[in-house]
Amino acid sequence: MAIRNALLALLADGPKHGYQLKVEFEAATGGSWPLNIGQVYTTLQRCARDGLVEPAEASGSDARQRRYQLTDAGREVLDAWLAAPVDRDPPQRDELAVKLLVVLAASAADPAVVIQAQRTATLERLQRLNQLARGADPADDLAWLLVADHLIFQAEAEVRWLDLCEQRLARAGHGAVAAAARRAVAAGRAGDRGEDAGGAAADAPRDAQPEAGGSR
Amino acid sequence: MSATMLQLNAVRRVFGTGRGETTALDGVSLSVAAGELVAIMGPSGSGKSTLLTLAGGLDKPTSGGVRVGDADLVRSDAEALATLRRRTVGYVFQDLNLLPTLTAVENVAVPLELDGASARAARREAHDALAAVGLAGLEDRFPDALSGGEQQRTAIARACVGPRRLLLADEPTGALDSLAGEQVLGVLRERADAGLAVVLVTHEARYAAWADRVVFLRDGRAQDQAGPPAGPETLLADSDVTP
Repeated sequence: MAIRNALLALLADGPKHGYQLKVEFEAATGGSWPLNIGQVYTTLQRCARDGLVEPAEASGSDARQRRYQLTDAGREVLDAWLAAPVDRDPPQRDELAVKLLVVLAASAADPAVVIQAQRTATLERLQRLNQLARGADPADDLAWLLVADHLIFQAEAEVRWLDLCEQRLARAGHGAVAAAARRAVAAGRAGDRGEDAGGAAADAPRDAQPEAGGSR
Repeated sequence: MSATMLQLNAVRRVFGTGRGETTALDGVSLSVAAGELVAIMGPSGSGKSTLLTLAGGLDKPTSGGVRVGDADLVRSDAEALATLRRRTVGYVFQDLNLLPTLTAVENVAVPLELDGASARAARREAHDALAAVGLAGLEDRFPDALSGGEQQRTAIARACVGPRRLLLADEPTGALDSLAGEQVLGVLRERADAGLAVVLVTHEARYAAWADRVVFLRDGRAQDQAGPPAGPETLLADSDVTP
């Protein structure tokens, strides 16, 4: 539905053909959401069937060259979509949340280790996103910058949530959490990147932790 | 490879005695090289601020070593520490701490004048320092005529001006909105790229992500470090944006 509505929105400033819509959609979303051209044609055909778009006058008989324009009904659907807040319910199931919850429920592993491993990975992802955003030109790459901001804030929210989980677990009597985290770190140090400040760390094994403290 | 500007070696800092004894730092080792930006994250009470005060020579460890450049801070006397703070180490805090009766350029010139520079030389250098943080043209404004972000960038200019080699920033974005915070981080990053060693204490992961390394403190211990990013090309492949 999001794609259908997005295509209707892109038709707001005039008739366009399928390929043009694909290109404009991808540019508008900063290249973060590649569209299959087949999907664009299918969506347009469905919209035409539902009376939301119609072939623009003077457009060729070749389906690929056919330009579409919004109908009044299409404009109404578009306006309704734009006016309504995006519905976040029911919330998307998040694998990380599920993982942490089942770990707690069944003592399947040490939650501190799970939290730590994820936080390190998410922070590294944040660093990567940040590098990309820094390279973007706010004038030329505005769409891409906004996409990066969105992903950056999501990643930051995840880190904050993990921090809070850890604190809540500690307070709720999972006293072993901090101690286990230390053991995990100690185990991880077998392949430490070293005290050396400038040392190359890219090759350090970062995911060597999951087993530590698991015997609890 | 760049010179190490800050070196903490198995640093312990214990406050109080007997029952009231609290271990703020419990064997933390950390080194920061010139040209490097290192972020320190951790919950309240994890020892972040203690680490900064030790690094800046405002306090001494109970045991362990602290070196800034060639100076051994544990063995330095008060006078040597004062000189170090004046010449080598700069601070930036969350609350902007500019002198309200001085203009931006005068604020930045203060540490140079305290260190014996002529008013004219200090002003010229302060001018350049403000330009380096993107505030050219705002030199003669008083702090209350600057935005929060501009005030913080002035504070950074003041902390970097002169021969300073180590910049310690304690939650410098805490009072700023996201865009102003990003600009402040951009300036810290540039100062690091220009050769300063920068230590940033923050609880905001998105700002910590500007650092070369992120160190977590918990209960006075360094827990783990997120290293330099593997490379920017992997972003979209693993992003969760799908049609």
